Amino acid sequence: MAGQILFFALAVTAIAAGVGVVWSRSPINSALWLILNLFCIAGLYLTLNAQFIAVIQILVYAGAIMVLFLFVIMLLNLSEMPSVTRFTIARLFGFFLVMGVLALLTYAVAAGLDVLPERIVPAAAAVSGSPSTLARSLFTEYALPFEIIGILLLAATVGAVIIAKRKPV
Amino acid sequence: MGLPWYWTAIIAFAIINFLLISASVLVYAERKVSAAMQNRPGPNRVGPAGFLQPFADVAKLLLKENIVPAMANPFVHSLAPFLMVAIAMTAGALIPFARGVVIADTDMGVLVLLALTSITVYGVTLAGWSSNSKYSLLGGLRASAQMISYELSMGLAVLSVVLMSGTFNLVDIVEGQSGGMAVLGWNFFKNPIGALLFIVTAFAETNRTPFDLPEAEQELVGGYHTEYSGMKFGMFFLAEYVNFFVASFFIVTLFFGGFLVPFEPAMISIFPSLDGSILLGAMQIGTVLLKAGFFAYLFIWVRWTLPRFKYNQLMTLGWKYLLPIALVNVVVIAIIMTVMQYL
Repeated sequence: MAGQILFFALAVTAIAAGVGVVWSRSPINSALWLILNLFCIAGLYLTLNAQFIAVIQILVYAGAIMVLFLFVIMLLNLSEMPSVTRFTIARLFGFFLVMGVLALLTYAVAAGLDVLPERIVPAAAAVSGSPSTLARSLFTEYALPFEIIGILLLAATVGAVIIAKRKPV
Repeated sequence: MGLPWYWTAIIAFAIINFLLISASVLVYAERKVSAAMQNRPGPNRVGPAGFLQPFADVAKLLLKENIVPAMANPFVHSLAPFLMVAIAMTAGALIPFARGVVIADTDMGVLVLLALTSITVYGVTLAGWSSNSKYSLLGGLRASAQMISYELSMGLAVLSVVLMSGTFNLVDIVEGQSGGMAVLGWNFFKNPIGALLFIVTAFAETNRTPFDLPEAEQELVGGYHTEYSGMKFGMFFLAEYVNFFVASFFIVTLFFGGFLVPFEPAMISIFPSLDGSILLGAMQIGTVLLKAGFFAYLFIWVRWTLPRFKYNQLMTLGWKYLLPIALVNVVVIAIIMTVMQYL
């Protein structure tokens, strides 16, 4: 029960932060909302018993990528974008109305095509998200995709170095 | 951990207060050590030998006016110091002080440590940006670039320890160093390159001299905390000291046997009643404090001995020397561990 409350609290915060990313006109504020969003998603992973993914989420996204984003935003000193829309009750009402209609239509179409996802009840703590579990399946069952992703990342790194070394023409 | 939650809360309360007090003691130690190195008396007015000086300083900071620059972003400006202190204190939860005395005994210990290190930079960066001052902004920029650069080498140095111990759990890493003669089981003796890399990158990640470019007084007035006053400045100050004290604990935990008392098995074989007793726990806490105290002293010692790097030297050192050495170190250790498995 406590887990469910935590899950919904984190989910609502994550969505609110996501809206904040789009809504705020200053790039730094957007980035800060995005950081909050990433932390909420890390928390969601924790409630789903995937501790490794949760920590990696913070380490990679919040700790490295977002720091780089902040660095670039601060370096370029991006100014605030002009506010294009003004917030009104009517717009908010319309937003929720449209979202509701969209959800309803999606449900109807999915039900009609019989592609509704089955409700999966996870076996309690049968799979733990600990590093050893993850590593075992990564290096046995999914060894080939893992290696391919590794090569892809290496190629990206080599590409970055080549672009960085190219002399300006 | 099977302990009830209130017991965890009591330990957490004790550790946070311990870190707060130790920060004051470290400020005093830093001023006394620097004074001794520069052949001057240092603080000697408040209390015996000036020992109460840091407490007087804190009282002064609490009473000072809190000034927020006119064009600053007030929310982020207030958020930054809180982030710094909160993250610095959180890392204390991972430190094993004695066998069983650790708040978060998790299989993810090392990764959580790296994650916390990597988000420490937000405090500095946001402080620099929100102050709306060119010096602060430059400090924040330098901090984020420096942190990203040294995080990689730090992660690889930690990875070499993980490879040797075969676990991410900090308590198990400490227990894994108990083999060998007294102190020879320590990871420092098995992996000296990794230990040196970790110590150097710890200096960089805590923004201590010679890596204190984010706050270089001579160029940037005060760097990222130029525009802070009163207790908000005090919190940056506090966070700096807590950070390097916690970093010394992690150096000890990962490479210098953590809470392991030298000759512990020998002592237990002589006095069998010692095993699992309160006295042994106290000895372990004493040992880890002594070791961490030495590294805290090392942080102070280096600060008053070495000059600051130039920015290009910092980047060259990080990317062209430390990172390749760390990579080679990890590969060599991985090969040695694999070969040892088949011997």
